[in-house]
Amino acid sequence: MAEEDQFEPVIVGFFCNWCTAAAADLAGTSRMQYPPNVRPIRVMCSGSVDPVYVLRALLGGADGVIIGGCPPGDCHYVSGNYRARRRMAILKTILATLGLEEERVWVRWISAAEGAKFSRTMNELTQAIKKLGPNPMKRDWSI
Amino acid sequence: MSSSAILPVGDGGVLGAVRAFLGSLWQKKLIDALLVPLELPSGDNVVPAIVSDPEKLKMANPLAPVMPLNSARQVSAITIASPSAERLGVVLRPCEMRALIELVKLKQASLENLLLIGIDCPGTYSISDYGRFVQKVKSPANDFLSKFQEGKEDPLLRKACQICEYPVPANTDLVIGLLGMDLNNSILLEAGTAAGERIIGELGLEKGGVRSREAAIAKMVSQRAERRERLFEQVRKDARGLEKLMAALATCINCHNCKTACPLCYCQECFFDSPVFKFEAEKYLGWAQRRGALRMPTDTLLFHLTRLNHMVISCVGCGLCTEACPNNIPVADIFRLVGDKVQKDFEYVPGRNLDDELPLTTFREEELHNIGI
Ligand code: SF4
Ligand code: SF4
Ligand code: FES
Repeated sequence: MAEEDQFEPVIVGFFCNWCTAAAADLAGTSRMQYPPNVRPIRVMCSGSVDPVYVLRALLGGADGVIIGGCPPGDCHYVSGNYRARRRMAILKTILATLGLEEERVWVRWISAAEGAKFSRTMNELTQAIKKLGPNPMKRDWSI
Repeated sequence: MSSSAILPVGDGGVLGAVRAFLGSLWQKKLIDALLVPLELPSGDNVVPAIVSDPEKLKMANPLAPVMPLNSARQVSAITIASPSAERLGVVLRPCEMRALIELVKLKQASLENLLLIGIDCPGTYSISDYGRFVQKVKSPANDFLSKFQEGKEDPLLRKACQICEYPVPANTDLVIGLLGMDLNNSILLEAGTAAGERIIGELGLEKGGVRSREAAIAKMVSQRAERRERLFEQVRKDARGLEKLMAALATCINCHNCKTACPLCYCQECFFDSPVFKFEAEKYLGWAQRRGALRMPTDTLLFHLTRLNHMVISCVGCGLCTEACPNNIPVADIFRLVGDKVQKDFEYVPGRNLDDELPLTTFREEELHNIGI
């Protein structure tokens, strides 16, 4: 068995109440499988996720983080997801510039109707993080 | 387009010419007060001060190569509650003016009723180097400038200054120009705005300029840009990747001095000093248990990464974070490297223009399609 199959990553999901969190519910009621590795946190809008929360999850030892918001144009608060997109772009650039595995952070737009996309995305993400291996920040006591 | 005038340099040297010019603003009743660096009686430091009696200009020294703090923050302190009712002149270095532009956009300062006077900046020393320098020479400002006039790179300059590609102020009403001038004879007064033009007229100065200025500026900027690229290369080597970054932050004691000194970290209460970061004993012990140990105080890396996220887009590279660090951590080098990348991504140059929107307060519908699908 490859090592990546044994490692069960912890993934924190910040899911917008109006879309991705609803898609998660839909996936559940439609009996579409998604890995238990993803720990969902419901937020009122992707635009309410300050990078500090993403960083806190990562530095606290999560192996991956996903921010799920309404598709561009469909944010319940008009532009929260566009703002989130800029913030997360900056966060990923900062991590990349400092060599800190920005690929552990995903942003996905998943509407309330897209239960299938939700379940597919969570499977893909879990596989991708398994490939990456455990987050080294998890073991570092000195960060 | 914009007009300029030549200010003659006499026996008092460049500093005398600058003081005379500042004094003339009072004589012609163009200002009521002036925020300008004054020499402290001890002689080994200059500090920004609001001068209301022109007599005090004897101690004014905006040429001293030291910047103990970024005056943009002082302009913010003076104007944040209400704009100045009197006409206040403000003498600023280029990075101070750029920080001020950012603070205005962040609604932390007002330019109303200010007369902004920028001054060419060859660079500054650390406070302690400046203190030693003044012990050795008779006229620190003039001595410093003659080194600069010879065109030799001054190894005492702070690293942030050695790589600063903005030696000339932008967006000020007036610029006191040193670059490309024969400092034994004259300095330049340049108008940057219509208000500046008017003042040159009212002072009755003869208009004139110099050809050598542009080439001198271009030369300095390109030397510094080259040095900046070399520094970036070094930082990538020394501080990229978790292990190396933590080695660079090994001596960080979480004092947050870097944040306090930063002109752009304006929050009244920093998130990191808020109750969010006060935890129960069992939390700490739980974290320690998960990793076998827990560095105290906690969240060293989180603090720096969060500060980068919140303000690197506006970082003007003044280097005062590095100056403030008790343990010589090259905070500004890291901020410049990261800032360069983030700012370029959004084609944003901090302090370039009041009308450029802060990238984090706006968005385009069609952009960043690689983030989120
Ligand atoms: S981060 Fe450092 S270099 Fe950048 S503006 Fe703040 S104090 Fe100046
Ligand atoms: S000033 Fe230096 S020691 Fe203090 S928090 Fe900043 S980097 Fe750490
Ligand atoms: S409400 Fe869903 S992203 Fe803003």
